[in-house]
Amino acid sequence: MSQTKKELLVDPLVDNNPITLQVLGLCSALAVTSSLKVALVMTIAVTVVTAFSSMFISILRNQIPGSIRIIVQMVIIASLVILVDQVLKAYAFEISKTLSVFVGLIITNCIVMGRAEAFAMKNPPMASFIDGIGNGLGYGLILMLVGFIRELFGSGSLFGITILETVNNGGWYVPNGMLLLPPSAFFVIGLLIWAFRTWKPEQVEERDFKIQTAEAH
Amino acid sequence: MEGLIALAVKAVFVENLALSFFLGMCTFIAVSKKISTALGLGISVMVVQTITVPANNLILTYLLKPGALAWAGFPDVDLTFLGLISYIGVIAAMVQILEMTLDKYFPPLYNALGIFLPLITVNCAILGGSLFMVERDYNFAEATTYGLSSGFGWALAITAMAGVREKLKYSDIPDGLQGLGITFITAGLMAMGFMSFSGVKL
Repeated sequence: MSQTKKELLVDPLVDNNPITLQVLGLCSALAVTSSLKVALVMTIAVTVVTAFSSMFISILRNQIPGSIRIIVQMVIIASLVILVDQVLKAYAFEISKTLSVFVGLIITNCIVMGRAEAFAMKNPPMASFIDGIGNGLGYGLILMLVGFIRELFGSGSLFGITILETVNNGGWYVPNGMLLLPPSAFFVIGLLIWAFRTWKPEQVEERDFKIQTAEAH
Repeated sequence: MEGLIALAVKAVFVENLALSFFLGMCTFIAVSKKISTALGLGISVMVVQTITVPANNLILTYLLKPGALAWAGFPDVDLTFLGLISYIGVIAAMVQILEMTLDKYFPPLYNALGIFLPLITVNCAILGGSLFMVERDYNFAEATTYGLSSGFGWALAITAMAGVREKLKYSDIPDGLQGLGITFITAGLMAMGFMSFSGVKL
């Protein structure tokens, strides 16, 4: 075990972020970010599922036969998601309605499968649990950032509390309705990736083709 | 019949799985570098979607819904909470069966699609299609139409995306946007294009 527990937790936040670098778990990241409250609930749900599924899969890793491991992982993940879904329906029915199919889609969220396959199958339960939390939070970080931008500028509020008084309510702020529509999520994430990679230049991808620089004479 | 056509057009354009519900994004972004691979994956998704959505519809109607087990003598049983686990089970099984059938009877097709099939089990578009079918209460005919047309819409989106990206790699993009960043922004522009279909009334 070369990585310390702290590294396992902090590393996925920026340096190895599941969304901006590993390209995992994009579906829900885009769909549930039009309000911050929903994004927060989704973050918690995904973190819980990732952490516990990694832990259980790691406990069972020596018993699972290689050929049917995907099915076994699926069953473990699906059971956890059903639990989360039932809890949400019982205690946060409104939010569970807004999330609609996206709670169920945590099953196929690549972060959960990806961490199970890449980390939990090779590491002890405690480390897997922390790795799961770390990746859940890395995912949540992006979700919250995007949710913050979209809700603040799209409807002038945060967590449903008005921050920028909109014109419709007699204030001064003209909300940018575009930010509440689906395509804006792509732009916001694209720009976030740009910002992250300007900050950490080692994440920049290689080009397939380069413009030839003029040679000095 | 008209209802079905309207449903199909809506599922392909207005409610495109990839561009307005963001389903199957991971593969949408990761496998859209070349047109040929994107097309292969798109067709596999379409085939699997056409099979799994109606299959899950049958399971819902005859096994899970409240009162659905009346034929077996349990009229009071409600198993809808088992929905998620059965749908994903059906999808995993269908993909496996499809893979074996193709391998045995259509080897050229298997060789073309082979590598994508396992990926499809974890493609959110497939599970998403089934979940939308449940949420919107489609009957069997609607479910079949929805499966086929939403799969087609996804295939259309990924192929178009791959076409754009093949041209895009020759352009001079700022370093930080290279690769993933610009792909997102392109997808955003495409999603805006598809949104213009939402004015179409049928």
